[in-house]
Amino acid sequence: MSSGTFLIMRHELLLIAAALLVLIAEIFGNPEKKSRISLFSIILMGIITAVGFLPSPAGELFGGMYVSSGTRLIMKNILNIGALLVFIQSVTWLNKKENSSKVSEYFILLISTLVGMNLMISAGHFLIFYIGIELATIPIAALAAFDRYKNKSAEAGIKLILSSALSSGVLLYGLSMIYGTTGSMYFNEVSGLFHNNNLQILGFIFFFAGMAFKISIVPFHLWTADVYEGAPVNITSYLSVISKGAAVFILMIILFTVFPVIVATWQKTIFVTSILTMTIGNLFAIRQQNLKRFLAFSSISQAGYIFLGLIGGNQLGMASVIYYVLVYIFSNLGAFGVVIAISNATGKENIDDYNGLYHTNPKLSLIMTLALFSLAGIPPVAGFFGKFFLFTGAAQKGFYLLVLIAVLNTIISLFYYLLVVKAMFINKSENPIAAFKSDFYTRFALGICVAGIVITGFASIIFEAIRNLSFGI
Amino acid sequence: MNSGIPLQYFLILATVMFFTGVYGFLTRRNLITILMSVELILNSVNINFMAFNRFLYPNKLEGMFFSLFIIAVAASEAAVAIAIIINIYRRFTTINVEDVNEMKF
Repeated sequence: MSSGTFLIMRHELLLIAAALLVLIAEIFGNPEKKSRISLFSIILMGIITAVGFLPSPAGELFGGMYVSSGTRLIMKNILNIGALLVFIQSVTWLNKKENSSKVSEYFILLISTLVGMNLMISAGHFLIFYIGIELATIPIAALAAFDRYKNKSAEAGIKLILSSALSSGVLLYGLSMIYGTTGSMYFNEVSGLFHNNNLQILGFIFFFAGMAFKISIVPFHLWTADVYEGAPVNITSYLSVISKGAAVFILMIILFTVFPVIVATWQKTIFVTSILTMTIGNLFAIRQQNLKRFLAFSSISQAGYIFLGLIGGNQLGMASVIYYVLVYIFSNLGAFGVVIAISNATGKENIDDYNGLYHTNPKLSLIMTLALFSLAGIPPVAGFFGKFFLFTGAAQKGFYLLVLIAVLNTIISLFYYLLVVKAMFINKSENPIAAFKSDFYTRFALGICVAGIVITGFASIIFEAIRNLSFGI
Repeated sequence: MNSGIPLQYFLILATVMFFTGVYGFLTRRNLITILMSVELILNSVNINFMAFNRFLYPNKLEGMFFSLFIIAVAASEAAVAIAIIINIYRRFTTINVEDVNEMKF
């Protein structure tokens, strides 16, 4: 293996090395001091994230099965940043007594899912894509069932593994039809051999249904709320941000590079699913009491907005999707960070429990408010710019009706995000959550999230950089 | 060489298997049987890949390789799923999906 190979696929190789190092640390480390493994993994992940930003040559490996380019590198870097934040957020939870024996398992499984996501983003062949997507989902199911002594956690695990197995079955069935009609599985060869015949369209529909399961697009979203509620909060935040972001990225790459011939077909599909996803996600979010379920439905509706960037198939659309996922990582992890901090300190996860939070924990409530405003898209924060670019991308191609519905949905979503804000600031409570001081890791992660929400909104250089790397059909 | 069973027969078999799997996945109540239905789906995909490869593109082996990988990944998926099912059995003392319903809409 030459040094060029290493440079091109350094994300995956470094992550695999990190997983092995954590494994070695587990075997030879002092069993009394398992909590050091958390710090070790965070440092490794930090180094990998930093190394990922070094410039790298674009290129292909393994006869075109593995492709690396500027766009794909920035996608991987965004996912690495998000994963690093999740790592930092989980330390407090992992230090608890019931988890102390499973610290390294947690990190090894998370790192291997990250390897899978990076691999699938770099795919140039459906085989690599399939291996990546399975590597990204199977360990997550094990992690969802991480709390071995909780019924809900086991239930979340089985729901996730069964629905993801069914979805990959459906996806593969579609791929087999595409293979049968084109005779190749390379992205660039398939796109050349695609010509609107019915079997190919059917194959595409199956493929899209499989991907929609992974992104939890509405007709296929039923597993989401249950899994998000049952899984440990840290895994929920990982699932809702990193897994979803990676699946959106690869779906976008495949739509733009493999299926440009049937663009009219997939625009119709995305049009319908996007409207359904936004509306149903929002309407169900209103009636949720559990904050994890609430954020689950909010993340479903966010996926609907993201689809607005895909539908145009233009350069601005792709740039806005990448940018929105970056903003979404900071906003959603900020909101989840507060939920995690409170859940760790008190075990409370309902919206009613947050009544009067501002009077006891003003900082946490302010961070939560900022994150929710960013998710809703209120002007000064990053979420507004993200939504603005997404809507512009769709409007540029003339999807005015879709943009109108999306704007109406934003108003609905503002209503339920403000319900939480109202609970924290206005509602009176007999026994509010007592004031507590969270530890260094939680505060550090929340600080990065707040900085991210503010900086990604105001530093236009970030969006310009992403835009220069993006491409249309 | 190809004068045996024609391609259509394989495709019909695969389609029937696929939809039997989907039907089983949706109607069965035992977690192990649901897992078996998923295996049925994946195996129908394998038949598809191999039949296409053998009949239409006999010079390249892409379909064969793909089905090899599907078999391997399906095995790992089943391993994780069965581990979780064992955990479910310990927690709920049943593997009937109707009883594993702590969370609902």
